[in-house]
This record gives sequence, C-alpha cells and structure tokens, in this order.
Amino acid sequence: MSIATGSKRSLTGQCILLLIILAFCVFPFYWMVTTSLKTQVVALESPPVWIFEATLDNYREALFDDGVLRTLGNSIIVAVCTTVLAVVLGLPAAYALARFEFRGKKDLWFWFITNRMVSPIVLALPFFLIVRNFGMLDQHITLILIYLTFNLPIVIWICTDQFRAIPKDLDEAATLEGASQFRIFAQICLPLAMPGVAVSSIFSFIFSWNELMFALILTRTNAKTAPAMAVSFMEGYNLPFGKIMATSTLIVIPVLIFALIASKQLVRGLTMGAVK
Amino acid sequence: MFVGPAVISLAVIGIAPLIYAAYTSFHFFNLTKLKHVEFIGLQNYAFVLTDGVFWQAIGRTFTVLGMALPVQVALGLVIALVLHQPGLTLLKTLARLGLVLPMATTYAVVGLLGQVMFNQKFGVVNQLIGFLGVDPVNWIGNSFNAFAMVIFWDVWQWTPFVALILLAGLTTVPGEIEEAAKLETKSWLTVLRYVQLPFLVPGLVAILILRTADTLKLFDMVFTLTRGGPGSSTELISLMIQRVGFRAFDQGLASAQAIILLAITIVLSQLYIKFFYREV
Repeated sequence: MSIATGSKRSLTGQCILLLIILAFCVFPFYWMVTTSLKTQVVALESPPVWIFEATLDNYREALFDDGVLRTLGNSIIVAVCTTVLAVVLGLPAAYALARFEFRGKKDLWFWFITNRMVSPIVLALPFFLIVRNFGMLDQHITLILIYLTFNLPIVIWICTDQFRAIPKDLDEAATLEGASQFRIFAQICLPLAMPGVAVSSIFSFIFSWNELMFALILTRTNAKTAPAMAVSFMEGYNLPFGKIMATSTLIVIPVLIFALIASKQLVRGLTMGAVK
Repeated sequence: MFVGPAVISLAVIGIAPLIYAAYTSFHFFNLTKLKHVEFIGLQNYAFVLTDGVFWQAIGRTFTVLGMALPVQVALGLVIALVLHQPGLTLLKTLARLGLVLPMATTYAVVGLLGQVMFNQKFGVVNQLIGFLGVDPVNWIGNSFNAFAMVIFWDVWQWTPFVALILLAGLTTVPGEIEEAAKLETKSWLTVLRYVQLPFLVPGLVAILILRTADTLKLFDMVFTLTRGGPGSSTELISLMIQRVGFRAFDQGLASAQAIILLAITIVLSQLYIKFFYREV
C-alpha cells in the first residue's frame, strides 16, 4: 500500500470495497421505503418490480385507519418518560460512583453491569404476573418502569465516565469556598456533564423506542407501542406488505436520526463504555 | 444519599421480580390452572435440566453465535482495515455513517424486513440470486434456510458494531510504530499479526462477551422473522422461555428456565468485569 505503483490500484480497490459496504448497509432501507410506497398489487408482483408509480396510500391507511398514529404516540410517551426518569434517578448515582468511595461500591457496579447482560425474558415472566395482580397491564406506566431496568444502567454508565473526566480540583476549590455537596453536584459538575447526559438520553430513547418483547407481553390496545403494532399486521395469510413496511419506516426514521446524531458515541454506548 | 433513588428503583423493578421468579420456579404454576398452584420443590429444575428441548434451544443459541461471530469478526476486520487506510475521506465518512444504520434499526423491523425481502415468491433476494442463475429458495419454510436467514440478519445488524470496535482498536496503535512496521514489510498481514493485533485484543474480548450476552437475549428479530419456526428450528432460548411461559402458560417451568439462563448471564458479567473494570 505504500508503494507508488500499487497505490492507484489499491485506491480503486478501496473505493469498490467502501461502496459494497455502503450498499450492504443501506439496501434493506431502500427496499423498505420503496415497498412502503407500493400498492398491494404492485408489492405482490413476482418477480418484484423496481420501477413503479409511488403512492402514499399505505401511510395514510396505516396511520389513520389502523391506528398506527396512536401507537406511535404511545411509543413517544413511553420512551420520553422513561428517559427523563432514568436521567433524574441515574445522574446522582453516577456522580456518587465517580466521586465517592463507599462500602459496597464494587457490588453496586457489578449489579449495574449485570443488568446490561440479563435477558429481558427473565424479567418479563415475573413482571407480567406482578403487574397483572396490580391490574396494571396495558398501561404506559408499566412499560416506563420496566424500561428503567435497561435505561438506568446506561445513564449511570455513561455519566459516571463523564463525571470522572471532570477534574476533582474544581470540587475541592468549591468545598473550600463552603459549597455543599449537593451544590457542587448541581451547579459545578452537572453543567460540565451535559454531553454525557445528552448521549445517554439518546441511547435510552433509542432502546426504549426499539423494544418489542415487553411491549408484546405487557400491552394489549391502550398502551400498545408501534413495534408491537407492526407485528400485529403479520397475522393472517394475505400479508399487507406495503402497510407493514410503511409502519416500519415510520418506526425506524426517528431512531436513525438520533443514531446519526450520536454516531460517534454509538459504540461507546453499546459496549457500556468499555471501548471508547 | 446520591445513589439511593437509583438503587431503590432498580431493586423494586429489577430484583423484586427476580425473587418472585425464583418463588414461581419452585411451584407448579400454570396460568390456566391458577387454583392449583402447588409447591413442588426442585421438580421444575429437575425437568429443565434433563429436558432435551431446553438444551436444544441453548444449543441453537450457541450455534447462531458460533456461526455469526466468526463472520462478523472477519468482515468487521476487513471493514475496519479499509476505514483505517488514509485517503478517500468523504467516502469513508459516508461509509461510517452507513455502518450506524443497521445497529440502530429496530430489531423487530429487521425481522419484518427479512420476511419481505426473503419471501419465496415476492422477495427481492430470490430475484437477485436469480440473476446469478440460482433457483428461488424457500427461505422461511425450510428449517435449514430459516436458520441461515437468522444468522444472515444477525451478521447484517452487528458486523458494523464489530467493525467500529476494531476500528477504535486500530486507532490506538501509535502512529510511529505502524509507520515503521510498514517500512519494514510490504505484507499487511504481517503488520496486522505482529503490530496491530495486540491492540485489538481488548476489543475482541469485549465483542466476544457482549455478542454472547446479546445472542442469549436475542428475541425481537427472530420472533418477527420466523416466530421460532418452522417447527422449532429457529427457537432460541429467549423464544423458548417466552413460548413456555406465555403460550403454554407454564410459568413455573419457564421461571426455572429463566433462572438457569440468569445464572449463565451472571457468569458472563463476572468475566466482563474481570476484563474491563479492574480499577473500580
């Protein structure tokens, strides 16, 4: 690669490889969007057609006749509420983990990490029974709470990292000035930790928005989220491909926007800070 | 104090249900026969541990991992090496953004998309392989093909993740060392083996542990793609527990399965901490 004669060829090779990577990543999205613009007749042509007259009928029908709009609304309510709650509960904990030494800190850390690993089905079984006993099935608050089990660890994780990066001198100076521990947290460290708060909020939102299993088990109609709705189109023989893909597109677009905004930190979030 | 609220809320929503699951697992607990809940000691566990179906599901889960992970690492390494090369900045930025897309896609949507694209009659995949002269394949209805399809989508979704972790590893190689090595030898393989590989090891360990955990959790994509079928050919462990608990309604048995899965997970977390959080 360092030799002059080979470099042109290697550049072309690189170009081709990069284009293949791009095509591989993007093609399924292209297919999803184009299928969502096909009428049922066009969608069921065999072999599939690539050029056709686009229509927005699938979106209109899915959103207004089938109630996808309402489920999108539910998804937003659940994702936003659980994110806010995770940040409010998680930030102080992250601050403590970054700044103080206390007994059981290691165990606490271990417990938070285990939450990242636990299969949601392990929690779904007992949670379903408990929630059913309280008559809380099919309510937003139920999903908001259960989503905390994976959002809270993310917020704690990323923000602990962020707080650690703030020099301790600042705290010490403030202590000498007579500031209380809470004021140091709220007025000095918190503003500096805002990037971490933003990134972890985006993650929390994405994970909650994408979640399907808890939504399937814990909701029926009232609090049904958009992914659960998309799945319910899959019943019967004559699958409405166009409508399913229209709903999918509507679900995926907001996530992709957020993911692209946070793209630099995406890996850090998914590995829980192990890889920066 | 500061940790109180987080600990209390996680204890209530995270630990209390687990204790309840442990309780259920010692009982005969069927949702259709709630009048006959009965303490049966370790019978559920004895049944699960000797149940061929349970171990088959575990086996399938690890087969998915064993087939998908090497492909993901190999492809991911190629992608990381290409992106690590200097030049072509614009195209590389685009490719990096492209890599973000699969990872963020709603898992359930990946499965739905899989159904549409791999449909035997109307699917684009059969059309594309048709151009290469291959006859249409029945992807969803055939056990072997359905399993291959699950692996394909897992590779599609998580290769970018592996690539970006490895790319992060490559950038930690000190520039001078890499330059010096490239002057010494023309073979990129030698550079990779002796210079870059040591810097990739932490990333590879993270990938191994996280992919194992995520495959044990894998539910949404497979559920929307195949529902575990045809037969039980793609029924991974999470799908099996869901079926036993919510479609066969045997909560006691499902809880025992879940507790065993939890034990496996805790061992994994221990490993993860051992490798990455020594300082805490």
